Amino acid sequence: MTNDVSVKPDEAKPAARAEATLLPPVDVIEDAQGITLYADLPGVPKDKVTLHVEDDTLSIEGEVALPVPEGMQASHAEVQLPRYRRVFQLSKELDADKVSAELNHGVLKLRIPKAEHAQPRKVEIRVG
Amino acid sequence: MFRSLFPRDVFAELDRLQREMQQAFDVTPSIRGVGRGGYPALNVGGTPQSVEIYAFAPGLDPAKVEVNLERGVLTISGERPSGLPAADEKAAVHLNERFAGRFRRVLSLPEDADPSAVTAAYRDGVLHVSVKRREAAQPRRIEIH
Repeated sequence: MTNDVSVKPDEAKPAARAEATLLPPVDVIEDAQGITLYADLPGVPKDKVTLHVEDDTLSIEGEVALPVPEGMQASHAEVQLPRYRRVFQLSKELDADKVSAELNHGVLKLRIPKAEHAQPRKVEIRVG
Repeated sequence: MFRSLFPRDVFAELDRLQREMQQAFDVTPSIRGVGRGGYPALNVGGTPQSVEIYAFAPGLDPAKVEVNLERGVLTISGERPSGLPAADEKAAVHLNERFAGRFRRVLSLPEDADPSAVTAAYRDGVLHVSVKRREAAQPRRIEIH
């Protein structure tokens, strides 16, 4: 089952690429309803973020697009690659069809809800 | 001869290795410390007319970022709020790799940088500071008559 959760209609499958990429730092927080993931993707505009969910694998990719004046020569570079990529294995109780994403000032926020059946329920104990 | 084949302290050896790697690949560290690995990461470049600084600082409120230029030293400072839930909330933090807290990065600009011609813009989580070079310092072609 393939499900593209993309900020824009996507191009070719990114998984096939073998270019060197940066590993963006992430925060992953789980609550009763689902998982929230924040990833730092500085320099990536909205239309250069690609999210892929395939067979319980979530991949996040982003391409840096900076306004660089013509003829600029780099003298010091701590960010040495213009591409980010990170892959996560999702677990079964997460509902990959309902991933929502937003990008704000270079931070990608993903919300992956848990499937209905995996939501916590209070089990009533009957006395009788 | 000077280094034992089996190091007694593996971590000290790893530290040494890291320092050697840094020396081999890095530019010479500035007197204000080696910034690499800090937040925000900096990329610096130049054209004959300007010096361009890119600070990779995602998730900031641009109104709360301080950019100061004093005596040829550019300082970028501010605070990045943590997105993590409070300890009493019913949530588990599985990964916590993103930087949070106060930050400050200092950079000395080349001598010909003009402190009165600085622009700063924050877009997609990158702070781009552009400093013009002084006219007199720009390369000129001298015509022969």
